Amino acid sequence: MSTTEKLGHPNRSASRAAVSPAQYAEVSLADPGDYLALLKPRVMSLVVFTALAGMLLTSGPLNPVIAFASLLAIAVGAGASGALNMWYDADIDAVMTRTSTRPVPSGKIAPNEALAFGLTLSVFSVFTLGVVANWLAAALLAFTIFFYAVIYTMWLKRSTPQNIVIGGAAGAFPPVVGYAAATGDVSLSSVVLFAIIFIWTPPHFWALALVKSAEYARAGIPMMPNVKGADHTRLEILLYTILLAPVGVLPWMMGFASSVYGAISITGGIGMLALAVQVYRKRIAPGADRVAMQLFGFSILYLFALFAVIVAERLFARVLA
Amino acid sequence: MKALAVTEPEQTSTVQNGLVLSPEQQRARRRRNIAIGVTVGLLAILFYVVTIAKLGPGMFNRPL
Repeated sequence: MSTTEKLGHPNRSASRAAVSPAQYAEVSLADPGDYLALLKPRVMSLVVFTALAGMLLTSGPLNPVIAFASLLAIAVGAGASGALNMWYDADIDAVMTRTSTRPVPSGKIAPNEALAFGLTLSVFSVFTLGVVANWLAAALLAFTIFFYAVIYTMWLKRSTPQNIVIGGAAGAFPPVVGYAAATGDVSLSSVVLFAIIFIWTPPHFWALALVKSAEYARAGIPMMPNVKGADHTRLEILLYTILLAPVGVLPWMMGFASSVYGAISITGGIGMLALAVQVYRKRIAPGADRVAMQLFGFSILYLFALFAVIVAERLFARVLA
Repeated sequence: MKALAVTEPEQTSTVQNGLVLSPEQQRARRRRNIAIGVTVGLLAILFYVVTIAKLGPGMFNRPL
């Protein structure tokens, strides 16, 4: 047995066998791009976007250099939690088609390397945010990383169908962290943005889980459709969407977003509700899968639109000021 | 980057000869080294600019 197999990574040795003659040492073949993939760049970009929205909620001055460095630290912190997630979940990532090509299950990066990378970046990002912005923001970022890596990944994901409901808090924190980085405080407006992402997460992920339930079952993840059934999941999707539509309008109603935001959030909320009703009513494949994927896709557009309007109008107001 | 030991049968010869890297491994290591170097360089620039930004314009306004 090779050293890498003792470290718990059989794929790595297998992948080397074809390219490494016996006399060569086992040194990683990973490219910088493989390490970048560990950081989940698409999730990072969403985190940067929502953290920027939170940051722009303040009406006070924003130093662009400090804001950029803070966003970078928040992005790296989010990436670090992604790396820790990929380290811990390599076994279930390997059996799901969507995740089987990730760097750890595909053998490009050893689990221990992913763990060291994630831990190093976690400490570095939190420390950097503390020094660059303030220690409240750093503490919130540290809690977000802990919540995603430990509470969600290690505990909730494999133990309860409420995994993505509670775990969704990790994805909802960036606007609060962004606002805290800009002001050293937590405001009601940033908590409202937290609430929008938090309530948006269950219908978004359960729509996908309805379609991918067989894969989740094979990986042994207790997603809602696998535990409570598809029909119960459809009901919960509808209930969360009924809650989400008015919460999405709150920034306009509370006066920290314009009437343009109000119109888009009302229209988007109605669209989400219409699709959630369709998901609830259409229960037979292939129509059921089609509307579930429509809801999944529309939910991404909906959230993006809400935050894009907030970012755009806040930036516009700063440029005009 | 951690250099892992070779498989057990070759361990003795490797210890005697040092680690032998294949051309592909050398290229991968070079790419990683360049990425680390560029990242460290950019971080040094970032921390320098952040330091200036945090000190603010008042840094030049001091008694000689």
